[in-house]
Amino acid sequence: MVASIQAVAPHDVALSVRDLSVNLPEGMERTHAVENISFDLKRGQILCIIGESGSGKSVTANAIMGLLPKVIRVSSGAIQLDGVNIIGMSPDKLRSLRGRVVSMIFQDPLSALNPLMTVGAQIDEVMAAHGVGTQKSRRGRAIELLTEVGLPEPELMYHQYPFRLSGGQRQRVMIAMALALEPTILIADEPTTALDVTTQAQILELIRDIQRRKGMSVMFITHDFGVVAEIADSVVVMEKGHIVEQGSAQQVLKSPGHPYTRRLIAAVPRLTGEDRIPLETADKAPILKVEGLMKTYRGGSALFGKQRVVPAVNEVSFDLAPGRTLGVVGESGSGKSSLGRLLIKLLDSDGGGILFEGRDIAKLSESEFRPLRPRVQMIFQDPFASLNPRSTVGHILTVGPVAHGVPYAQAREEAKALLAHVGLDTGAFGRYPHEFSGGQRQRIGIARALMFKPKLLIADEAVSALDVSIQAQILQLLDQIQRETGVSMIFITHDLRVASQICDEIAVMQKGRIVERGPPSQIFLDPRSAYTRELVAAIPGEQPGPTRPVAANG
Amino acid sequence: MRGFLLNRLSQSLILLLIVSVIGFLVLNLLPGGPLAQFGLDPGMTQDDLDRLKEQLGLNRPLLMQYLDWAWRLLQGDWGHSFRDGAPVLAVIGRHVLATLLLMGTSTAIAIAIGTWIGIRGATHRYSLFDHLATVGAMVALSIPTFWFGLVGIYIFSLQLGWLPAGNMYTIGDGSVLNYLHHLILPSVVLSLVHVAIWSRYMRTATLDAISQDFVKTARAKGLSERRVIMKHVVGNALLPMITLAGVQLPSILTGALVTETVFTWPGMGRLFLDSLGYSDYPVVMGLLMFSAILVILGNLIADIAVAIVDPRIRLG
Repeated sequence: MVASIQAVAPHDVALSVRDLSVNLPEGMERTHAVENISFDLKRGQILCIIGESGSGKSVTANAIMGLLPKVIRVSSGAIQLDGVNIIGMSPDKLRSLRGRVVSMIFQDPLSALNPLMTVGAQIDEVMAAHGVGTQKSRRGRAIELLTEVGLPEPELMYHQYPFRLSGGQRQRVMIAMALALEPTILIADEPTTALDVTTQAQILELIRDIQRRKGMSVMFITHDFGVVAEIADSVVVMEKGHIVEQGSAQQVLKSPGHPYTRRLIAAVPRLTGEDRIPLETADKAPILKVEGLMKTYRGGSALFGKQRVVPAVNEVSFDLAPGRTLGVVGESGSGKSSLGRLLIKLLDSDGGGILFEGRDIAKLSESEFRPLRPRVQMIFQDPFASLNPRSTVGHILTVGPVAHGVPYAQAREEAKALLAHVGLDTGAFGRYPHEFSGGQRQRIGIARALMFKPKLLIADEAVSALDVSIQAQILQLLDQIQRETGVSMIFITHDLRVASQICDEIAVMQKGRIVERGPPSQIFLDPRSAYTRELVAAIPGEQPGPTRPVAANG
Repeated sequence: MRGFLLNRLSQSLILLLIVSVIGFLVLNLLPGGPLAQFGLDPGMTQDDLDRLKEQLGLNRPLLMQYLDWAWRLLQGDWGHSFRDGAPVLAVIGRHVLATLLLMGTSTAIAIAIGTWIGIRGATHRYSLFDHLATVGAMVALSIPTFWFGLVGIYIFSLQLGWLPAGNMYTIGDGSVLNYLHHLILPSVVLSLVHVAIWSRYMRTATLDAISQDFVKTARAKGLSERRVIMKHVVGNALLPMITLAGVQLPSILTGALVTETVFTWPGMGRLFLDSLGYSDYPVVMGLLMFSAILVILGNLIADIAVAIVDPRIRLG
């Protein structure tokens, strides 16, 4: 099952995990978080641990840090940090290793720093906790570290509070903190997942650069094979608490041995430079025509003090033909989500027009728009938050149409048919959302939107919260639905690879404006604007080009 | 910050205006009227009452009375007590110190003990200590304070004879020790409920803070558990508590009606009750305005304190 582990001389290995099993508390869906896993992190290398949610990759990292919650225990095995077994070590000894021999950075830089302490104080704290240096020397070292991770004006940065920093800057502070005592091993738990693609590229580069300069050993946890291809020396693939495959990055990526690895690699949305074969529809007139749409956010009080004005959507124009999909891509703050909300009138626009089937809906009042609402539906990002946990799936599906005058019996039959259509059992009708996985919930969300037989679907980051293998299935489902019903789609995403798979045309947004619009072949192979070029170059893992049949065309 | 203060100040003034109008209206709509007490005196004739009415200006239209009262209030003249003719501010001043002593002590006890119980309950969640604290808080909250007061008096004053049963000091003995001796029982009884409330809020706030990512970061840095809790968890958990303290502040000065009555403590709660019973409208109105101003001040101080402690608000 597991590729053999080459015997390596102990001094070559910074971290060695042997036959590690970690128990889960009783009543969970499985008994072990990880079972009998063994791997080595060689000195001066980057080891990527890749797996989907529930694979046990984060539990492994926490076990190495000695930070497992009390209810989760290591039941057997050994973890050797720099040749010392830490299993069964006293909490005090473990504590003295943390931050000094092994450091960790986390996924969400926005919440990983204490909001009440300055950046400098938080870096200082690591050194003080291990009794290193004097107050003065620690301060000097902190500023040196801030310089090293590429933060501007380190002297000023030292006195800043985290809330003043961007996500990327905060992650740099986290890295500075982790490097403070020059640890042997750095554990990075999905450190770029919450970041924009251009920021992600910079942080990956920083980690690789520091690792090379310091000869550090890095254990990098990720769910993204693109990231693996960027930085890994060797790879461990985990599934449901087991290691299914491990080896050099070259070997695992180019000739994966285990079917799960092959599935995972195949499921990674590949940047395709190929255009989708458009759906032929009888009616060619655009279903949606957006002209000079504007939305400006105003913050602060107009009466007292200064007012902040942020143009979220600025002179945006495009049109969308029936049965086509327009991708709207951009980084956080680009205005792509505001645009989606404007189109479905969850937000009122400040100017411009939205012509839906020839009628300007931008100026309609809430009550005038209400009869049209069923025809424009939305699929939301978080399938865990967007379904009411107290309602049955059947209620979630039927409540809307019934409110719009459909008899309940008819709505129920349609709901059951739709559930089957989106790949769920019709028995789902009487069950509650918590009984379903993330992917299944997103199918429920899609079925809910389809109940209205909409003409236009707006999907806001509809697959971003899902594992890659689930992501591929949902994209396929959306494609299939479009071909059957001829619905038009606006697909909002931060992930250019996903957009390249499902969209006929892509609009790239930056600071509220559409900077470039065109078919995927243009956007990815021949981008016209500098910003698009930058975005495409930042995509981890691969260069664009025709690779394999496009899933959306299958 | 300046815009924020101006905003709050204008809101507060409007609030005070509304409170005073409602208070004034309700008082004057009560049956009996301000002179009912005088009417009970058999020596008073109708003529005497009419003359009194004339003297006190109570025969003018209500609107005029209100404007006159409000105008004087703005100038610092809060009127005179119907009972003994003393200025309202002086009457309040006589009682506010007694209340401050009692409420200040019990609140200090409550915050110190409640915070400790809350933090320990959260860090040792579902332990025996946590369960006992939860049950204890429920008991303290569900049993009325006067019952605790009476039981306290029965045990410690009547049976054991350790503590005095009431009053703030023994007449003729004004020593600090004598004051403290009288203070123990009422302040402990009063703090029971406050410990319960404070510890529950603190427990929740601590649990919120402890599950934050930055606490995991702090542990990953190799900080001692003590420092993780004291610096990172408690610091953040105390933020919402400041607001709670602001809400509690007015009650420190306006007094605890029930406890002050049980222990015959000469504080603001007693004054309010007595003044109502005596239809001493100027004092009642004075107390109403006093507590309204305190509520506004308490919230304002809390907001400013949060802004000082939380850099996101101070600098953002």
